Amino acid sequence: MASKGELILEVRDLVKHFPLTQGIVVKRQIGSIKAVDGVSFDLHRGETLGIVGESGCGKSTLAKLLMALETPTSGSVRVAGKDLATAKGADLKRIRRNIQMVMQDPYTSLNPRMTVGDIVGEPFEIHAEVAPKGDRRKKVQDLLEVVGLNPDHINRYPHQFSGGQRQRIGIARGLALQPEIIVCDEPVSALDVSIQAQVINLLERLQDEFGLAYIFIAHDLSVVRHISDRVAVMYLGKVVEIGKDTEIYDRPSHPYTQALLSAVPVPDPEGRESRERIILQGDPPSPANPPSGCRFRTRCWKAQEICAQEEPLLQIRPGVGHPSACHFAEAHDVVHATG
Amino acid sequence: MKNPSVDTHLLPADNLGTAPLLAVDNLHVEFKTRQGLVRAVNGVSYALHAGETLAVLGESGSGKSVTAQAIMGILDMPPANIPKGEIRFRGTDLLKLSDNARSQIRGQQIAMVFQDALSALNPVFTVGWQIAEMFRVHRGMSKKAAYAKAIELMDRVRIPAARQRVNDYPHQFSGGMRQRIMIAMSIALDPEVLIADEPTTALDVTVQAQIMELLAELQRDSNMAMILITHDLGVVADVADKIAVMYGGRIVENAPVHDVYKNPAHPYTKGLLESIPRVDLKGQELYAIKGLPPNLLDMPTGCAFHPRCPYRQDDCVTDVPPLHEISGTRSSACHYWREVLDGVQG
Repeated sequence: MASKGELILEVRDLVKHFPLTQGIVVKRQIGSIKAVDGVSFDLHRGETLGIVGESGCGKSTLAKLLMALETPTSGSVRVAGKDLATAKGADLKRIRRNIQMVMQDPYTSLNPRMTVGDIVGEPFEIHAEVAPKGDRRKKVQDLLEVVGLNPDHINRYPHQFSGGQRQRIGIARGLALQPEIIVCDEPVSALDVSIQAQVINLLERLQDEFGLAYIFIAHDLSVVRHISDRVAVMYLGKVVEIGKDTEIYDRPSHPYTQALLSAVPVPDPEGRESRERIILQGDPPSPANPPSGCRFRTRCWKAQEICAQEEPLLQIRPGVGHPSACHFAEAHDVVHATG
Repeated sequence: MKNPSVDTHLLPADNLGTAPLLAVDNLHVEFKTRQGLVRAVNGVSYALHAGETLAVLGESGSGKSVTAQAIMGILDMPPANIPKGEIRFRGTDLLKLSDNARSQIRGQQIAMVFQDALSALNPVFTVGWQIAEMFRVHRGMSKKAAYAKAIELMDRVRIPAARQRVNDYPHQFSGGMRQRIMIAMSIALDPEVLIADEPTTALDVTVQAQIMELLAELQRDSNMAMILITHDLGVVADVADKIAVMYGGRIVENAPVHDVYKNPAHPYTKGLLESIPRVDLKGQELYAIKGLPPNLLDMPTGCAFHPRCPYRQDDCVTDVPPLHEISGTRSSACHYWREVLDGVQG
């Protein structure tokens, strides 16, 4: 078992291209959707990495790659030192045990014909070594108790629970195999506002209790900030900026991060007339045909010729202090700035 | 066909004096279901003046959308039924009008933008046809003139290359562009009231900012009144003039936007505001309203919020709190609004 702070997940130059084909009988590849296009990051034990970005930026494909539900086109994912892509059979099974997922929509991610006990206990069918057969019911009840559900409800069906409770069931299922990493793909966005805080508190408590590392994918930036130690911002399949939460939120340096942060409505009407707002024009381009050079240049107010010719690398730039993929990176506090 | 007392869109807005443009008064809406009678809206009242933005804030099942549908007159009746209440537009009770008179008002004077533009637009007609339909049906324009108007509107909601895209189908547009088309249709006939039901919930934040800016601009240009239905406390803080917070089919707090965020007068509003993650409280547990939203088939007795309320006293379980007036512009449906305002838990 790794100790706290140890590197537990290593993602290097991860690429996933989905082929675009034409023709029914004879399929020809006419291009590809570059869903994830060269993503690298590390995750340490007990840490939360938030991943933010708009729909189509590749964050959910990234989650699937981490879960080994998709095979990467190239690049590697190493879980506690073992490469996910080359692992086979029993090895792969062991790695998969260590990395589990909580899905976005608790209404569709639970099988309506299975009882809660069956849903939470199903991982034990595959990984029987975690819980011997006679022991399972007790284990499932313990799990239900851990996530704040009544253990006596083990024989109920998902429709008998509210959205927040269903998400707790999903979290219990994710915890069943005692993983070290949990990938949370938009875990609270389908829930009512008054319920979201309950689930976030639960995730934080579980992290402390079990030393879990989270990949927390969400589009709600205030939630991501609250829960994350570090944040990665994605745009069209690439990480454009990564850093500690305070670096990203207080000193964002990539124009896209700045625009994203300034577009989030602040829940306080005081001074709303004078708040700085960067309104981007247009929609994100298609990942099938991303712009040359910097992918953000078509919507960027700083774009110059070099942006079309040369792709900016994700690296530490002068005066910024954390990696940013912009030729003209410049730290600028947009959240607190007025003017 | 038109009822002369309804044909009021020639009246300038200032003829109203201080009377509201639209007033919902003690509205009740119920649905007959197999499990029993669902009282979705239980005595909701709010008023709206020209140029004003009222945000109706609430969770799913709070009755915020049903109220809006009742104003628009698009509830399916049955199963819905409006046993009590009035919806006065320019002084006329819409609920007493004939279907024909109401359909004159719908779209021309009160229009609506829906949450999910893809399912609200008809997939088998071009967007130009759908926008032009407004002018052909309501204004009796020729096909050609209506199309010209449609292009003009698409320009106005800033759809790039409107002339080329007028014959495209809804699926050929992105989510943000589809919502712009919805907005174009809703403002086509210069309505006086625009109801926007979660207009940006399905959109990304950068696109949400574009749409909210567009709505604000259209509102400024035409002095339109807007009802913004949402659950997003951030969006409300950005655009609203006043807020009606709904819970379990009732309005629990009614106030100008600044007052609510500064000092909420209902425990539910207070709980919602406190559960927003704040920078200075990072690393600490978030405040969470305990428990679950009420089941409309089995509403709690007394105040619907009492099972979740930290200010609960015995009378909250038995007595439904009326909407107490706090000042001329504020009210709260809590027996203990004074304690909530002062932050003293009983």
